[in-house]
Amino acid sequence: MKSTAQDPAARWLTVRRGQHRRPWEWVAEKLIFCVALSAIIVVLLIFVFVGKESIPIMFGRTTSAAIQDIIRVEDFDTTSPARLRKYLDLSEQQYKDLDREAKLELMSLKAEAGKEAANDKDARVNTVAWRHLLLPYQWSGYDHPEYIWQPISMIHKYNIIPLLIGSLKATLVALLFAVPISLAAAIYVSQLASPRWREWLKPGIELLAGIPSVVLGFFALLVMATLFQNVFGYESRLNAFVAGIALGLAIIPVVFSIAEDALTSVPASYIQGALALGSTRWQAAWKIVLPAAIPGVFAAVVLGFGRGIGETMVVLMASGNASIMSASLFDSTRTITATIAAELAETVFGEHHYQMLFLLGTLLFAVTFVANMIADQVIHRLKKRMEGKA
Amino acid sequence: MTSIMSKPPAKNSIVTVGAAGQASAASAEAPEIIRANGVSLYYGQNKALKQISLGIRERLVTAFIGPSGCGKSTFLRCFNRMNDLIDNVRVEGSIEIAGHDIYGPDIDVIELRKRVGMVFQKSNPFPKSIYENIAYGLKLHGTTQRSEVDKVVETSLRGAALWDEVKDRLHASALGLSGGQQQRLCIARAIAIRPEILLMDEPASALDPIATARIEELILELKKEFTIIIVTHNMQQAARISDHTAFFYLGELIEYDQTVKIFTNPGKQQTEDYVTGRFG
Repeated sequence: MKSTAQDPAARWLTVRRGQHRRPWEWVAEKLIFCVALSAIIVVLLIFVFVGKESIPIMFGRTTSAAIQDIIRVEDFDTTSPARLRKYLDLSEQQYKDLDREAKLELMSLKAEAGKEAANDKDARVNTVAWRHLLLPYQWSGYDHPEYIWQPISMIHKYNIIPLLIGSLKATLVALLFAVPISLAAAIYVSQLASPRWREWLKPGIELLAGIPSVVLGFFALLVMATLFQNVFGYESRLNAFVAGIALGLAIIPVVFSIAEDALTSVPASYIQGALALGSTRWQAAWKIVLPAAIPGVFAAVVLGFGRGIGETMVVLMASGNASIMSASLFDSTRTITATIAAELAETVFGEHHYQMLFLLGTLLFAVTFVANMIADQVIHRLKKRMEGKA
Repeated sequence: MTSIMSKPPAKNSIVTVGAAGQASAASAEAPEIIRANGVSLYYGQNKALKQISLGIRERLVTAFIGPSGCGKSTFLRCFNRMNDLIDNVRVEGSIEIAGHDIYGPDIDVIELRKRVGMVFQKSNPFPKSIYENIAYGLKLHGTTQRSEVDKVVETSLRGAALWDEVKDRLHASALGLSGGQQQRLCIARAIAIRPEILLMDEPASALDPIATARIEELILELKKEFTIIIVTHNMQQAARISDHTAFFYLGELIEYDQTVKIFTNPGKQQTEDYVTGRFG
């Protein structure tokens, strides 16, 4: 025993791995890792689920034409069951459950509907083909090509451009309204306000985030819409402008909070350096602190964009919900999110309208994802350039 | 060039030259530009500076020495009122620069800071290009003409002995420079706006000996144009570069005299103990 205590190798044995086990640290670390991983997996799963439902449209496997090639009732026995099932728009289980008579009945109904719709030249158009989703088309009864979203009609028109424009219009108004206000507030609170004011202002503005969006929508619908109409004197009471401003109220706390954090974390030594050169506080905030915080401020704006384009309730209530293709901010408009919220409950499960709404969901996901990716790259570059590594 | 003070020099009011042979003619005759009268400073209830009075002479280097927490940096920051930025700070007494009480009610602090430049302990270049770091101060002062800015950027960088190292990358980020280069950039930034007084708060404390030597050379060069007050922990540095030295201890000014005298024949026991390394 005595000899080991004096043997240096034995005394230093503890530096070897495995001499001291730290099981709880190991468990905690793995646990946190799993939580982080599950967050990523959940996002992926949501994307897969939403994307899966829209795959048939994406790859042109769905047709929404009012009449397809009619299979005559007499041909029932000579047609393959698979083709019949598709023709009758039935799931495999449904097809199995129906007897021969019912199927024949369905076939004759289909043939009749086809004959009725045949007067319309558009009846054979597959309206969920990509070119009809994205490009204008001169539908019968119109005198020039138009972008139309009109899923509940004889001819299901699914052009997504008006919805996209609607979403972007409302979000743009929201950002134009919210970003300057949030940034000004963030600069004031972080740089200029006295500590006492700061203690009141910061939680005060962040409290806006606590307003349920349905309440905000309600407020926009009743109060703001009337007020703005009286002030600006435009025609339609609910429009992109009202929705945008209400949306702006929803994103102000988001942008403010992150921008304020970014501005506050600018080292005090920069501010001292600027003041020692004879800057006013305002000059230091505007010319030194804001540029130094620009990556964080940019991130705040992008997050605000994501929140704005994804927000549903406010725009559903305040935008007027007319899918009009118009550049004017004072026309009623309809966003992607409001369309999904309003229409999904009324669609037939698995049918083209249903798939179409999932495609809109996928599109929304893609837009925010791409915006975040680009923003991430921009922020990365800005940071690098500032640190002199690029 | 800075204008020569019209006020007659207050000879030997504070500086008691013990051995006449040790006092250089220049330092004895330089006119006084700053005068502190009974300056006390409080952080809340805590009295950090106690009744400090001294005069700083023009175009000399004055060093403030003393152990950590003795108030020398705090006192330095009184001259450009940087202490105003800290909450609950109260200053008593008066500091006059060229006869103007800078704590008086009619003082524009922004203008004061343009005339009293400062270099900080930790180099703090802005996260902008080297060029913009210097141009920033110029723009504050209304110099916007491109050719004029270019000229001052060059002369300032030359003045801070940095030009040759950075002339090919003026538009690269200042944060890509080494620590010593960053500090010289901060000096260039400070002198670009032509202050008359330059405050330096331990400007070389974070630098290696070579970078420190360069900064010291630079200070001796800058002395021709600027009145320099430097806070330092490095006794040799104070002895090498300063003309006058003030020794602070626990918020009090213990001794203020010509540097030669402080280091060879100090009047107080405490000073002697400190400069010989017996405490501090």
